[in-house]
Amino acid sequence: MIRFTKVAKHYPTGSEPALADVTFHVGRGEFVFLTGHSGAGKSSLLKLMYAEERPSAGDVRVSGFTIGALTADEVPRLRRRLGIVFQDFRLLEDRTAAENIAFALEVTGSRADVIPARVARVLGQVGLEHKAGAFPRELSGGEQQRVAIARALVNDPPVLLADEPTGNLDERATRGVFQLLRDINASGTVVLMATHDLDLVRQAGHRVLELRDGHLVFDSAADQEEPA
Amino acid sequence: MNLLWREALLSFRRTRLLSVLSVVTIAFALFVTGLFGLVAMNLRLALGQLEERVEVVAFVQRGTPSQTIAVATSDISAFPEVREVLYVSEADALERARTELVEFQDAYRDLEVNPLPPSLELKLQPGYRDARSAGEVAERLRGFGFIEDVRYGREWVQNLDRLRTIAGLVGLAIGSAFALVSMVIIGVTIRMTVLQRAREIQIMRLVGATDWFIRGPFILEGAIKGFLGGVLAVALCGAVFAAFKGQGVGLGLGLTFFGPLEVLALLVFGTLLGLAGSVVSVGRHLKRV
Repeated sequence: MIRFTKVAKHYPTGSEPALADVTFHVGRGEFVFLTGHSGAGKSSLLKLMYAEERPSAGDVRVSGFTIGALTADEVPRLRRRLGIVFQDFRLLEDRTAAENIAFALEVTGSRADVIPARVARVLGQVGLEHKAGAFPRELSGGEQQRVAIARALVNDPPVLLADEPTGNLDERATRGVFQLLRDINASGTVVLMATHDLDLVRQAGHRVLELRDGHLVFDSAADQEEPA
Repeated sequence: MNLLWREALLSFRRTRLLSVLSVVTIAFALFVTGLFGLVAMNLRLALGQLEERVEVVAFVQRGTPSQTIAVATSDISAFPEVREVLYVSEADALERARTELVEFQDAYRDLEVNPLPPSLELKLQPGYRDARSAGEVAERLRGFGFIEDVRYGREWVQNLDRLRTIAGLVGLAIGSAFALVSMVIIGVTIRMTVLQRAREIQIMRLVGATDWFIRGPFILEGAIKGFLGGVLAVALCGAVFAAFKGQGVGLGLGLTFFGPLEVLALLVFGTLLGLAGSVVSVGRHLKRV
């Protein structure tokens, strides 16, 4: 589902590469943690996956798309096959939970008559059926992140990218959101979660990719990885 | 399509003050353009009436046989510039002078010899009522042996020409300047809206909205603002026109307001300005979000 081959990323303003010689592969149904200190390259790696950035060298493939060769018209098509979740939730403050989720369907051209049922389904999936009419300011951090996850899921993406999704949450909310991501993964969606929370990583027992200064220094599944 | 309208109108509601401000500013810019258009239109109509009076008078030698005059009149009528040729005999000229020049009535009555020469009065076709055409016709008339002198109020016709040219140029300059100002204003308001909605735009992109889907509401919003500005501008022009008429300014000058075509043109112009301003601005500023 995700394949990086000798990927490098240089920004015009930086003297050091944000990513250098990164190679890994994530297969169907996997749950992968992406760890590393601040500035290690986690966000750059995620940005390459959703084509916010293009690789300076190497090859990035996500859900059948080759990121380096994407035309501007193909970027929306790629993103419709990805769910993306951020630390700061990125919800529209003037829309309710249901409207925030429906927005993702509307802007991708879904038929108006199917939207309510799909919104209700994902709200149920994240356990927020009763909060459909609540505005983000009326929700706790954990609930806002659940709405963001519901929005990411509503287009049934095969891959969910989560950039520090529990970074702004207390421990209880963190456990809740993490469990939700595991449930989503259990239903077949690939989940790639960037996090600082090493306790969570250790306890979960999922595959771990660790970045340091733009280099992939650890891959817990390296021994089982097929040769590229 | 519904979503496009909903998002455009939602943006209006969310940035109500900014939207009202931009519509008013656009309206003001279009109002000034419209006001100038109104002045230019009335000036054109007035010039048209003055132009009607542009004529060439050729004075005929006394004693010229009527046969010769008849043949020449027929030839002159065939000039492409000429609409009508009227022969005014000596007696006709005197009669006319007596009627029209009341203050000299006594002087004309006591005359023993008629001092007024016969003449040919030429009215010109529309499109030829300018100094150059009148001059050319005058030159050809001088070629007839029995014509003593030709007059066409050269300076007057030239001044009319100059006035018309100035009116056209000033209209073009002011119209273009305000059109540019309107576009800049629309561009600025769209920029503010884009920046205000940066978060929403980022989210739209992340969930896979196409570029044109993101641009659509902004462009529609610009067009709506331009259209509303046009409506307001027409209303303002109407109010000013009514006030002028009400105060009796210009009474007797036959002031005219825009017809349906001119109103439509102002609305279309406003809408196009809004469209152009938003297309340029959205293209530029979306890249920065």
